[in-house]
Amino acid sequence: MTLSTPSNLADTQEHLRWQRYFGFSTDHKVIGLQYLVCGFLFYFIGGALAGALRTELLTPISDFMPREVYNEVLTMHGTIMIFLWIVPVVNGAFGNYLIPFYVGARDMAYPRLNAVAFWMIPPAGLLLISSYFLGGASQSGWTAYPPLSLSTAATGQVIWILSVLLLGGSSIFGAINFVATVLKMRRPGLKMMQLPMYCWAMLGTSILVLLSTPVLAGTLVLLSFDIVAHTGFFNPAMGGNAVVYQHLFWFYSHPAVYIMVLPAFGLVSEILPVHARKPLFGYTTMVYSIMAIVFLGLIVWAHHMFTSGTPPWMRLFFTIATSFIAVPTGIKFFNWLATLWGGSISLNTAVMFSCGFIVNFVFGGITGVALAQVPFDIHVHDTYFVVGHFHYIVYGGTVFVIFASMYHWYPKVVGRMLNEPLGQLHFWLTFIGLNLCFAPQHWLGLNGMPRRVAEYDPQFQFINQLSSAGALLMAVSTLPFLINVIWSAYRGAVAGDNPWNALTPEWLTSSPPPEHNWHGEAPLVHEPYGYGLKSPAAS
Amino acid sequence: MGTLQLTPRIITLFIGIALVLVGLWVGQNVNLLPVDASVNAPLYDQLFKVLFSIGTTLFIGIVGMVVYSLMRFRRRSGTVTEGAAVEGNLPLEILWTAIPAVVVLFVGIYSFDIYDRMGGMVPMHDHSMAGMETMHEPEASGPGQKTWAGISSVSVEGQPPVAAVPIEVTAMQFAFIFRYPEADIISGELHVPAGQPVSLRMTANDVIHAFWVPEFRLKQDIIPGQPTLLSFTATRPGSYPIVCAELCGAYHGGMRSTVIVEPPEEFANWVAKNSPVKATPASATLIS
Ligand code: HEM
Ligand SMILES: [Cu+2]
Ligand SMILES: [Cu+2]
Repeated sequence: MTLSTPSNLADTQEHLRWQRYFGFSTDHKVIGLQYLVCGFLFYFIGGALAGALRTELLTPISDFMPREVYNEVLTMHGTIMIFLWIVPVVNGAFGNYLIPFYVGARDMAYPRLNAVAFWMIPPAGLLLISSYFLGGASQSGWTAYPPLSLSTAATGQVIWILSVLLLGGSSIFGAINFVATVLKMRRPGLKMMQLPMYCWAMLGTSILVLLSTPVLAGTLVLLSFDIVAHTGFFNPAMGGNAVVYQHLFWFYSHPAVYIMVLPAFGLVSEILPVHARKPLFGYTTMVYSIMAIVFLGLIVWAHHMFTSGTPPWMRLFFTIATSFIAVPTGIKFFNWLATLWGGSISLNTAVMFSCGFIVNFVFGGITGVALAQVPFDIHVHDTYFVVGHFHYIVYGGTVFVIFASMYHWYPKVVGRMLNEPLGQLHFWLTFIGLNLCFAPQHWLGLNGMPRRVAEYDPQFQFINQLSSAGALLMAVSTLPFLINVIWSAYRGAVAGDNPWNALTPEWLTSSPPPEHNWHGEAPLVHEPYGYGLKSPAAS
Repeated sequence: MGTLQLTPRIITLFIGIALVLVGLWVGQNVNLLPVDASVNAPLYDQLFKVLFSIGTTLFIGIVGMVVYSLMRFRRRSGTVTEGAAVEGNLPLEILWTAIPAVVVLFVGIYSFDIYDRMGGMVPMHDHSMAGMETMHEPEASGPGQKTWAGISSVSVEGQPPVAAVPIEVTAMQFAFIFRYPEADIISGELHVPAGQPVSLRMTANDVIHAFWVPEFRLKQDIIPGQPTLLSFTATRPGSYPIVCAELCGAYHGGMRSTVIVEPPEEFANWVAKNSPVKATPASATLIS
């Protein structure tokens, strides 16, 4: 097929005009980048907030900011990182950019809905941040448990709810689009079991979004009634039930952790085979394990509530269901190891971050299985142990994959390579920083430090300072990354259409791709991972 | 030829055994926990050691495989070689479905056993009514009085069960208040006798709090509108922090108290000194 039509320069220039990125574009590639850049902006805000938290925790007393402000910062940090950084980037940014390529389409199924979904995010984010200046932001944590959320900073809490509702709506619109695109927009001749794994990951994730996000939305609407109209759904003082809120909240928010990590699983499955020059090991079991995770992910939520007065039978059921998630998750990890095994691995930054992801996620998965055991969790629930657990997963896992993806797809999107030495520096700073920041937190939790505190027992000061030092390293690590991204856009080596000799369809067009993705017909890729089977050009 | 084929397997076997040994050694010898001061703390520590051993083995094994693959199968820059075109291997995939399944099953059964020995499966008894000797099921006290499970007490192994000392805990922003209904004492610190079960009935006035004593390895949320129960038997005399573990407002980090575990005689003295009720039959049960 004629894939190597010389790229039409004028077309490319038109496509890259920066103004497009500030408007209501319906081009999936523009929308993907809008999600990405917007997500990174919020990431830096959320990161600055984390820096403030770690600064406060340098000393056992509350001396850096007022206690109320600490709780506001804590709430904003969590909310921004989850709803404005991880979820939009790992779903919206990469999903919108890649899925149409992968299914051989010229755009998403509903381009206008797609643009609407993105444009809900900046206002939601600004709304959230504005609450700080409108009488104080929410102080009840990203979990917003009543009755605390009913009795602190009412304006801030209502704005928080509105913002999360908008973001949830955006996520639902996005999910509808992904499901429709994967199921209905496939190029003729392309079968489901020939799709790149990221499509399956996004399909599974979108199912989770569609099943669970509406529950969160309904719950938050009721919570807002309790605040604004003084109804008593979750207010024990008015006959309501505070634990019911927790069930409803976690019915969304446990699946949410998979909404944050399944797409990352998908992205790693794209990156590793390319750089190991080997087919993705065990495609079929990968697909089934994604679907198993989706199913199990819906029935484990109460492992967040083992100390909430949960009866013994429920504690046991949720222990067992949660433990079993480790099985399909384990399959995926062994398959990635087998993909590496016997490969011809290029140790570039994309691979380093992907392998960093494997190492960190395995650590977080092991502590996760421990947390799933009721007798274990009763001691460490709501302590720094849990903070350590989920940062290994969300930062060490998903954020590492986002960085791996930046190094892998930047050449496609920008047309130039990122600088490798800067990339390696970025990786090592991040990896060491992460471990220094979050490993000691497990010890803190085991030994008596609860989470979400501005002041703590002085015996924990040194370990907290270690953790803060790790946080500082992580902050510093973004500098080489930022410099790299900006410098390489102008000075990076020209990438060419397919610098990695990859087989997935986004590489079978120019870098950056033209407005309608391919210059001619969309290629039909039956073997997206056929490394070693045939030459990349023939497809 | 036979030996040549076996060698990698034997090496793998040896590495596997070495990993398990390292895991066991780390699990047994690296202590990450504070002192144990309740009957269920040693049980917890036992579970912790097992999980720590398994976790260490798996973690080192997997990290080792990643690092080994990256070094062994590294492509030298400039060369363009393809890896082996292996797309899957069903027996292998079944194996690594089975291994985690077995591990997880073992962990689940083992931790269930620990939970049972901690008294987690014992039906909860609410002896909240001051001075009441009869125990009744939570349901028996009417829907408004429904109490929610925490964890039940276990008696010291090898000793006959003793009646639990009832204590009422009230949590509020930002303090715990302990009331001994039988002796009619109200205290800001929790005094408990060593070796004797204690039963806390906990209520919250405003928002959710949590009662946590790290040295007891026990935690239970205190939830407005639905009293929760927590029973334990302290073992090691000393004073330990009581920490609020649920975000409850600005001073959440400062919401702490102390539990003082005393030998029974000292506890009896404390009760006698502070109680306005003089040597009633009810307070006598406290001391027995
Ligand atoms: C092997 C799989 C995993 C298991 C068995 C597991 C288990 C658990 C358990 C039992 C808790 C509750 C701990 C507590 O609050 O006492 C927890 C908390 C958490 N986990 Fe995981 N987890 C796993 C993977 C993940 C993944 C993939 C993510 C996210 C991408 C994640 C994110 C979180 C978060 C955010 C929390 C804390 C939520 C909060 O209280 O704010 N976990 N995990
Ligand atoms: Cu969960
Ligand atoms: Cu508190």
